Amino acid sequence: MKKLCLKVAEVEQLSPLVKRFRFEEPTGAALPVFSGGAHLTVEMPEGDMIRRNSYSLISDPYDGSGYEIAVRREDKGRGGSLYMHTKVAEGDEITVSVPSNLFQLDLRAKKHVLIAGGIGITPFLSQLRQLDMEQKPYELHYAARSREEAAGIKLLPQAAHVHVHISEEGSRMDLGSILDGQPLGTHVYTCGPDGLITAVADQTARLGWPKTSVHSEAFTAPPPGEPFDVVVKSSGKTVHVKADQSLLEALEAAKVEIDYSCRGGACGRCHTKVTACDGRILHNDHWLSDDERAAQQDIMPCMSRFKGTRLELDL
Amino acid sequence: MPKTEFSPSIDSRPTYAGLVSQGAAPTIMVADEAGAQALSDLAASDASVMDHAHVVLVGCGAAALGDVKPVAIHDAPDFDAATPLVTQLLNTARMGTQIYLAGSEGLIGHVSALAFAAGMPVDEIQMEHRGSIARRMQCVHCKGITEEVTTDPFTCAHCGLTLFVRDHFSRRLGVFQGVCVDAETPGVVPETVEIQA
Repeated sequence: MKKLCLKVAEVEQLSPLVKRFRFEEPTGAALPVFSGGAHLTVEMPEGDMIRRNSYSLISDPYDGSGYEIAVRREDKGRGGSLYMHTKVAEGDEITVSVPSNLFQLDLRAKKHVLIAGGIGITPFLSQLRQLDMEQKPYELHYAARSREEAAGIKLLPQAAHVHVHISEEGSRMDLGSILDGQPLGTHVYTCGPDGLITAVADQTARLGWPKTSVHSEAFTAPPPGEPFDVVVKSSGKTVHVKADQSLLEALEAAKVEIDYSCRGGACGRCHTKVTACDGRILHNDHWLSDDERAAQQDIMPCMSRFKGTRLELDL
Repeated sequence: MPKTEFSPSIDSRPTYAGLVSQGAAPTIMVADEAGAQALSDLAASDASVMDHAHVVLVGCGAAALGDVKPVAIHDAPDFDAATPLVTQLLNTARMGTQIYLAGSEGLIGHVSALAFAAGMPVDEIQMEHRGSIARRMQCVHCKGITEEVTTDPFTCAHCGLTLFVRDHFSRRLGVFQGVCVDAETPGVVPETVEIQA
């Protein structure tokens, strides 16, 4: 994967839990432009391992002068967001991937409805700049528990088609009234907690929307869990996966060659065949089908873990 | 006349699965005289499908529907007259509107392209072929569209080239593609045959 060595140009506290980071090319050269909804993967070296987390780009897709991301501090996570919050300062060097996009706008749509829950606002910040640029009709609905939690407010334009729903203030998001009566050719995009994504899928199904008009992205980082061991079939080597490490990170640390892109269980690049499984795979991805999960012959190492006595991978 | 069965062909060639009721949703239906029978059959399978249905009939009167009672029936003598009616219905339609098309390949191709332009995925449109297998053909050279093509090859009504009838179909335009049959050997044209289903 192509990497870029950038400089941290700005760090801003957007809310008590969310910081914005701006990265620029140290020479001042222009960076590759991207498309709304794209993400990049940030490398975080800690001791002898490199942690890699993917974050949605929030800056203008057509502006190559820098890349911006927003990171929510997850105190119960594996440490990636804590690293960003506590170790990264203005002037530091940082290694990131080139942007890639798993959450593009469908530009055949007549209208776009963007629905964000909490930190799920991030991919929409770049998408709405693209929509403004292309002069496409859209409406954005952003739900957050409290105004303090709603870090995205500062980055949103004040416009009649940008709606903020703060549940603490009694303005809960009503999906029925948002989705009912939208004109033919509307596409809806949801990013946020699984519950919100499911609620939008259920509501659109009830209203008879075509499935291809409904898009979503879950913003998941690999969950921590109990440590386990995995055997690499080609070498017979046993790799230990620590509690706060993903299987993919453990394989990388052990110098096992494996492809990846999103590191969030969505893109399918790290899809790996399981050659022996005595136990249960804890599937945390959005890639495998229900049948594939049940068969326990495939695993997405970026997200999923294992509980049992022996797991052997076709690597 | 029953639903037409077409012989297997390339993926591009549209197949029409037949109308299946999606229930009492807001609905737009477009049919010609042969297709009107498919709408009657649909209503017989589930009367509620007509509860919110606007039906556009092309080249036939309301009598073609028998005793089926949709919300409204609009009739038009031909495609050209039907187009503004259908476009108006599509432009004011909401998400969740169901579309049913029944009749000739030309009618289905023409209206599915209008619906696609309005943002309806083609896979979500209910389609049933009845009646004429005449095709709507686009000349890939001059881009002109010739309606009601029943033979292969045929003469482009716009530029006069002799065109081979392909199964290659444009969903955006709702037309099959016609390609010059004697480009390499001018004047050497295969024998004209009737288009088969």
